[in-house]
Amino acid sequence: MTGIRTEPITINLGPQHPSTHGVFRLRVTFDGEEIIDAEPVFGYLHRGTEKLAESRNYVQIVTLTDRMDYLASMSNNLAYVRTVEKLADIEVPERAQYIRVISAELQRIASHLMATGFLLNDLGALATPLVYCFRERERILDLFEMLCGARITLSYMRPGGVLQDAPEDFWPSLDSLIGDLPHYFDELESLITSNEIVLARTKNVGLLTDEQAIDSSMSGPNLRASGVKWDLRKADPYEIYDRVKFDVPIGAIGDTYDRYLVRILEMRESVKIIEQCLEQIESGPIRADTPFFIRPAAGEAYAAVEGPKGELGFYMVSDGGVAPYRCKVRAPSFINLTPLRDMLKGWKMGDLIIIFGSIDVVLGEVDR
Amino acid sequence: MTKIISGSELASSLEEKLPGCITASNEVDVWVSPESLLDVCETLKDPEGLDFSYLTSISAVDYIDNFELVYHVLSMRNNYSGVIKCRCSSEGNLRGEPTVSSVTGIWKGADLQEREIWDLMGIKFEGHPNLKRILLWEGFDGHPLRKDYLG
Repeated sequence: MTGIRTEPITINLGPQHPSTHGVFRLRVTFDGEEIIDAEPVFGYLHRGTEKLAESRNYVQIVTLTDRMDYLASMSNNLAYVRTVEKLADIEVPERAQYIRVISAELQRIASHLMATGFLLNDLGALATPLVYCFRERERILDLFEMLCGARITLSYMRPGGVLQDAPEDFWPSLDSLIGDLPHYFDELESLITSNEIVLARTKNVGLLTDEQAIDSSMSGPNLRASGVKWDLRKADPYEIYDRVKFDVPIGAIGDTYDRYLVRILEMRESVKIIEQCLEQIESGPIRADTPFFIRPAAGEAYAAVEGPKGELGFYMVSDGGVAPYRCKVRAPSFINLTPLRDMLKGWKMGDLIIIFGSIDVVLGEVDR
Repeated sequence: MTKIISGSELASSLEEKLPGCITASNEVDVWVSPESLLDVCETLKDPEGLDFSYLTSISAVDYIDNFELVYHVLSMRNNYSGVIKCRCSSEGNLRGEPTVSSVTGIWKGADLQEREIWDLMGIKFEGHPNLKRILLWEGFDGHPLRKDYLG
């Protein structure tokens, strides 16, 4: 078939496409089946969170953070309130810290379940694995509903602690969920981990080396899948993470399969963390005595947590007023898109969705 | 625990290698001149020296008189972090579009973040391979995160 003149073709994938996890557009240039260039285009969901924060007081902003990574509101809340506490020098009661860690880890499991379910969805295993993942996630959302009445946009945390203590019936429900989760993961893994089709489609696909990952400021499971052992919960323990024992799973080569497997292993570690928290937690106050209108002294603070998607940080500047002067979000989903072009180049059209899906971005956080 | 390298420590080790690059420093912060930003970042990343191989985030703050860029950098190998600041303003016109060097050549992770800062704060990054708006559309009037932007 030599002598036939071909030329590259540019296709817009999205913004309305079922596998883009939101409103995301990818301008892909193909040479036949092969991807030769890809340019992510986003901003369709931009709401100006950082600007809005400048005209709201420190408690009100909690609700804005819910709507960034809407699959992991708890982690967003935690990152935000920790920054405010650092800025205003607020001491958090111990029980509140435990409740926060428990809810953040539950949120991590919920978020990783979504990532896993949608990864399989992207592979073409339409709906069945996703429904399995949703079944487990549902029980976590029920627990969140017990905590604060909401299921998605939680706003459960406050600078200085949490909104309210967990109700009596929260604890037995949590116990029973923690008992069931490892079996759920086994069941999920029996469907996926050594599935021949999954292996063929994901092994050695969409490689990201450790050097590339560090250079591109990747964080979270994506970074660890590339073999970099970096987890803020271990490297820079916040809340009570220094009192619990857990491993940081890493991947071997940084392919799509590793990114899947690291998430599964992380969920198992999260269960361990919650178990230990349940042993250690004691009764006590759940919120520091803070005024409703917090006025931190002029200054600045950066604090970050290990969210389900990666390092979620806030950089806040205060001028002494009731609202922050500047509230910048270090959004992991946004920065994790940096190496996307390099990861896609050279792969076939059929691999595009699965490589993109394995990064696990949430467009609410990308666009803010 | 991630150790935080203090401003004075960073200042003294940078001053040693690049005399005159520091415009101000105190216990917490260190400010470098926009002209030497690229050299400073290269020195920071040098694996033989400070080894800040990971760029955590770039933030921009509008202080009316000038804009401040804040670079949070991290050394994963040694588990310490540092902060470099750079004040910039455009010559003659205080609310114009100041230009600083892009650090995408040093840390690729700066790519999208610098585009975001250009989009929302209006700071130009010289040497950026693809400096165009990222969250707003081309043709949008103004830079909304500036303090004088009227929405």
